[in-house]
Amino acid sequence: MRVHPTLMAARAGLVRGGIELRHTLTNTQDLWNYLFPNVVLLVVMFFMRNATVPGTDFSLGARNLPSLLGGSMAFSAMVTMKITLAMEREDGTLLRAKAVPNGMVGYLVGKVVQVAGMTVVSGLVLVVPGAFLVDGLAPDSPVDWLTLLGVVLLGLVACLPLGAILGSLFDNPRNVGVTTLPLMGLVATSGIFYPINGFPVWLQWIAQAFPIYWLGLGTRAALLPDEMAAVELGGSWRHLETFGVLGAWAVLGLLIAPVVLRRMARRESGSTVAARKERALQRIH
Amino acid sequence: MTVLEQPDRQAEPVDPAGRQPAIEVRDLRMRYGSTDVLTGVTFTVHPGEVIALLGPNGAGKTTTIEILEGFRMRSAGDVRVLGVDPARGDERWRARLGVVLQSWRDHAKWRVRELLNHLGAYYSPYSTSRIRRPWDVDDLIDAVGLTPHAHKRVRQLSGGQRRRLDVAIGIVGRPELLFLDEPTTGFDPEARREFHDLVHRLADLEQTTILLATHDLDEAEKLADRILILAGGSIIADGSAEQLARQVSTEAEVKWSRRGERFVHSTTDATRFVRELFRQYGDDLEDLEIRRATLEDTYMALVREFESGGRVTALHTFRGARR
Repeated sequence: MRVHPTLMAARAGLVRGGIELRHTLTNTQDLWNYLFPNVVLLVVMFFMRNATVPGTDFSLGARNLPSLLGGSMAFSAMVTMKITLAMEREDGTLLRAKAVPNGMVGYLVGKVVQVAGMTVVSGLVLVVPGAFLVDGLAPDSPVDWLTLLGVVLLGLVACLPLGAILGSLFDNPRNVGVTTLPLMGLVATSGIFYPINGFPVWLQWIAQAFPIYWLGLGTRAALLPDEMAAVELGGSWRHLETFGVLGAWAVLGLLIAPVVLRRMARRESGSTVAARKERALQRIH
Repeated sequence: MTVLEQPDRQAEPVDPAGRQPAIEVRDLRMRYGSTDVLTGVTFTVHPGEVIALLGPNGAGKTTTIEILEGFRMRSAGDVRVLGVDPARGDERWRARLGVVLQSWRDHAKWRVRELLNHLGAYYSPYSTSRIRRPWDVDDLIDAVGLTPHAHKRVRQLSGGQRRRLDVAIGIVGRPELLFLDEPTTGFDPEARREFHDLVHRLADLEQTTILLATHDLDEAEKLADRILILAGGSIIADGSAEQLARQVSTEAEVKWSRRGERFVHSTTDATRFVRELFRQYGDDLEDLEIRRATLEDTYMALVREFESGGRVTALHTFRGARR
């Protein structure tokens, strides 16, 4: 029986994602990229272990481990997707995909698998050693584990298309870097490192408009003791709102990303890649 | 004028089997903003032909090729590639084309075999009883001479090896029509030679139709059955290297020596002149040499004439060459 070409390409994309994920685990540069930011976060957390969350005697370090897991997954899913897309557009990877039948389908499936995989690996690099550094995590029921799984999955589905949209808006990787700064600002206001109860209300609203806040809240909900909900906004883990907002971003992203990506792909040709190469080489010299 | 001898691989103006042309371009126009890059390009490529698209930089070679590849929208004109308008080409159509792209640093972490195996997978649903797709990966690696490097990472390849990988990627789906844009830029002579052998093999063994954009005259002459010269946004010449040379310069240079003395003479009728030489000097004649205009002479004369405003004349001259 003949496999439908699009299905065949999607399957090739899964394999592609797996191969590219494996590539990131077998070279020093990528391993360093997994380790370095997470080691920094772990060190920060270690020094926070004796501080307490305001209004409780719970360790700030312990509170921040699940918080950072959610926050850094949201951040790295967006940033990695964005930068990879911009880089691979510059270096011609995307054009190669375009020259192959259904290559774009395979490319995008591959990219989602690869970046999702990288985000999960990075999360594990943070949380596995982190669990030994802090006390008080309490993922004690199957519901907690299901919440964690659900939040991470939905969070990735919300963040990856956003990263893809950001990455396709700029055709110069240097300009893409500029969008990383506001994202960092967003992480700072999203209650990842510190509860935002004391922040001005307008800042709280901005934070709650984006997925980073909710991914952090969701991972805290899954991994912290239930009584810690009291120090969150509204005094609750707000599961419904978490899945609602992340779901809304996922839908929005999945609607917009294909349009933007198609527009981006349509513009690719040998001469656009050659022009970018020229520009990049000038940057180097 | 004399009837031209057709070289063996010279394509007839009409395909004998009555097959549909591989490429048909009529009055193709392309305008960027207020700049006209293509002002009416017309040509036809028959199945199995190897065609070189020659022209000065900025003449519109790349634009033309990208329109044919379906990577760029045209402003006006009729274009059919394998019977399909490239602006509306679907994935089935895409599977019948091969595009050799200039690689730079894409897929740097991939291994040669791994990458070809992966890219080949997209073609397998388009395999037919006549054309088995994709190319068997080990045979393909062997055909481009990369067997010793099959398990190397792409970034470890030398420039020439990388270029051969580009070709392998372009042909992994066993294309019926292959596009090559400036394929040997930056090659050393040995790599260039190997590349030319590979193109010959594709054309002869696989009957692949090949459209090659280049500004390397030597390459065009070596590889192509027919040469199209693109200047000022339209095709100003169309014919084999010999046909073009005879059209542009009717003079040939005859050199000979007699009793240790060397002579040179330019003539429009070298055959009659040489016959006369033999009649007069017979066995005294030594080191006889007849030199026709090379493709380079032709090309330079043509482009110079075109640029100095002699466009109409040039067109007339080369209309003749097509017959």
